[in-house]
Amino acid sequence: MAKEYVDMNTPVIEMRNIVKRFGDFVANDGINLTVHKGEIHAILGENGAGKSTLMNQLYGLLKPTSGDILVNGKKIEMSTPRDAIDAGIGMVHQHFMLVQPFTVTENIVLGTEPTKGVQLDMETARKNVVEISRRYGLSIDPDAKIEDISVGMQQRVEILKALYRGADILILDEPTSSLTPQEITELIAIMHNLVKDGKSIIIITHKLKEIKESADFCTIIRMGKYIGTVDVDTVTENDLASMMVGRNVTFKVDKPEQEPGEVVLDVKDLHCLDYRGIEICKGLNLQVRRGEIVGIAGIDGNGQTELVEVITGLRKGTKGQVLINGVDVFNKPPLFGFQNGVSSIPADRQKHGLVLDFSIEDNLILQNYEKEPFSKKKVLQREPIFAHATQSIEKYDIRPGNSEKRPAGTLSGGNQQKVIIAREVQNDKDLLIAVNPTRGLDVGAIEYVHKYIVGQRNKGKAVLLVSFELDEIMSLSDIIDVIFDGQIVDSIPGKDANENDLGLKMAGGGKKA
Amino acid sequence: MTKKKHILDIIAENRFLHILLSILLGFLVGAIFLVVMGLSVGAAYGRLISSVTSLKGFSYVIVYSIPYIVVGLSVAFSFKTGVFNIGAEGQFVVGSMAACCVSILCANVPKPLLIPMCFLAAMLAGAVWGVIVGFLKTKWGINEVLSMIMFNWIAFYLSNFIAGLPAIKSEGTAEATKNVSVNASTLLSKDLINRLGLAPTANWGILVAIAMTVLVWFVIEKTTLGYELKAVGSNKFAAEYGGISVNRSILTALAISGALAGLGGALQLMGMGTRISIFSSQEGFGFAGIVVALIGCSNPFGVLVAGIFYGALMYGGSKLNLEGVPTQLISVIVGTVVFFIAISIIFENLKRIRARAARNAEAAAIKKAEGQKEDKKK
Repeated sequence: MAKEYVDMNTPVIEMRNIVKRFGDFVANDGINLTVHKGEIHAILGENGAGKSTLMNQLYGLLKPTSGDILVNGKKIEMSTPRDAIDAGIGMVHQHFMLVQPFTVTENIVLGTEPTKGVQLDMETARKNVVEISRRYGLSIDPDAKIEDISVGMQQRVEILKALYRGADILILDEPTSSLTPQEITELIAIMHNLVKDGKSIIIITHKLKEIKESADFCTIIRMGKYIGTVDVDTVTENDLASMMVGRNVTFKVDKPEQEPGEVVLDVKDLHCLDYRGIEICKGLNLQVRRGEIVGIAGIDGNGQTELVEVITGLRKGTKGQVLINGVDVFNKPPLFGFQNGVSSIPADRQKHGLVLDFSIEDNLILQNYEKEPFSKKKVLQREPIFAHATQSIEKYDIRPGNSEKRPAGTLSGGNQQKVIIAREVQNDKDLLIAVNPTRGLDVGAIEYVHKYIVGQRNKGKAVLLVSFELDEIMSLSDIIDVIFDGQIVDSIPGKDANENDLGLKMAGGGKKA
Repeated sequence: MTKKKHILDIIAENRFLHILLSILLGFLVGAIFLVVMGLSVGAAYGRLISSVTSLKGFSYVIVYSIPYIVVGLSVAFSFKTGVFNIGAEGQFVVGSMAACCVSILCANVPKPLLIPMCFLAAMLAGAVWGVIVGFLKTKWGINEVLSMIMFNWIAFYLSNFIAGLPAIKSEGTAEATKNVSVNASTLLSKDLINRLGLAPTANWGILVAIAMTVLVWFVIEKTTLGYELKAVGSNKFAAEYGGISVNRSILTALAISGALAGLGGALQLMGMGTRISIFSSQEGFGFAGIVVALIGCSNPFGVLVAGIFYGALMYGGSKLNLEGVPTQLISVIVGTVVFFIAISIIFENLKRIRARAARNAEAAAIKKAEGQKEDKKK
């Protein structure tokens, strides 16, 4: 087998003793990375551990303070991504770099558009895109505009874009964070096909299960320091987790048995349209009671996104009722729902969850800036706002500390999510809606988020959980509602669920006649 | 290489420094023009400086700067709240005309009452002008920049129309309104002006401008209203998700911005001009406001300083022909300053530029790689 750590071939990538400083802050402190041809190499680390910083240096977006980067044994000065591209490196970023008003096709061919004379040849472009999406088994609508498609679809476009450009070494930064279980399986298959073709893949991920399934080797970084490189076959998920976090991690969620109370959320015969004006929720019925977590299991695009948008007031439905403690919030503005007991952790934290230009302290009071003690007679009270932030940062372990005045946009993804969780849990409404609440988070942070979601349930709040992580749905939910084609097709107690059965039902196999 | 980048980074990090640098470059380019025209740089700039540094000159500068400051605040406020008030020009004109009409129609109302009445009328007119545009945007999604530019022209012709109405038009032959009532004038007393040797148009409008500066700063930085408007300005999706009404915020922002521009019109009229002429072209206070807001980094106190600077250029520039220098030199300087500030905004976004350049490079490299692949196939 080629899986010999001391390879006879020169490594395709070698990063030696990389140090990257930002002022006094050391983001990377002597990191080593060796990747051989035909290898899938995972980089594991908590949020803010310095993984993305390391990869940005490999891709020429950042310059190392010291240390060497060798590609195919040759030392390379990476000062722009151009150098990286020239060296055959391609990168799919965690936060998408897509042109929103452009179509899928236009985005994928951007910069390499086929031309007919001086004119763009969009027909050929479209054909190419369809072909490549078929070749790698990632189906997309080539004519849809980016702004109209889901996060999951946008991720596919990003991956396709990188594949279309055909680099030899692919860096995937959290590539699976928004894919459904099926899509992840497909992606892993694609990755295996690619390495068979002689490409090499570096994958940044927090998901231990995926590392076990896909990677050959794994390099672990903790708080900017190089912890080690391991052969994935020789370690367990628990070993990886403790290497990453530096302590033992429990995956089990502590959830006492409790009897649910009265109904908080009652969705009756809900109909709504998707962005194309096609009916996507087709008479959906759903109930969530006090003290229970109802998980919505389903493949992206079956109406769960729209369902949440209607409940939170961001989308108008065409028919139906959404009762919160008996009050109909259907087609009312978001504020009305909030006042009547709806809080939510939105799917797209940068678009809906945070004002990135605002400081953390200002983001933490987003729905409450008009209330005492944060403002008196319409004047903001900076002291209580600051104190509230200090306390939240400590309680919810938002890093870096003392970051009350820092713009939210400067935090890592996981810490941005913690800001939202801190805000929504402290809002303490009767209903908490969480949509993919742990997307892109590491196990340490996931443990945290799950603790707070279950905490709300234990306090007697109703929780609606929408997630593409089947594991998450299964470990948290008291009731699992399966959504398919705009309807809840089955409702099973969480403890009776098994993955295969759910998977089948999510694909429409369990649809009642 | 690294040293050069270092300097750029310092400039990018320090807004004050790059504004200052832009201004210096503006004067440098102005100097080049002077040299090319065979004129003395020293004489021109000497005149510019001497004309604004005497007490009388400086009082002129202050008088000039009042409308620039207030309209600059209007535009800066709109920048902070995510709308681009290119319609300040029109709001200025309707504000000015509203104040003019009130002062003519209520000419005998005592001064302490008439002046606030004029201010209020001007602010109301400006606010309405802003809100109409906001309404078109929130109700039908009509692009505010386009409708604002149209509303600038509507204001212009409306003003000319009103100036021609019998009740308003001057009784003489002048193509202008009647004079503003003395009770609405904000001029300092003749006595004071003569004793101190100030400009004959010296007025206390500057106090209103300073008060507005503090007020705008307070609203933006300290109030829940400012919080709301800024939230909508930087991310309307999150603001909406957080329960803020986006449409109401846009309307409020435009109303406040419009009211400020309208007030600028009243201050200009009541402090300096005695009547409103029937114009043949737009006066451009609104556009000057954009420049002032840019130079002032949209910071209210920055705008105050920038407004005075702009006033100094305008007044000093009007004295240049005494040295045989065309007054258009000022336009060259202002244009250059704005140009370099625009560049310094780019300095700030050095990273973004680098990323963009990188993307272009990426595209080029990919093209090359594609090409090589094609070659290999062959």
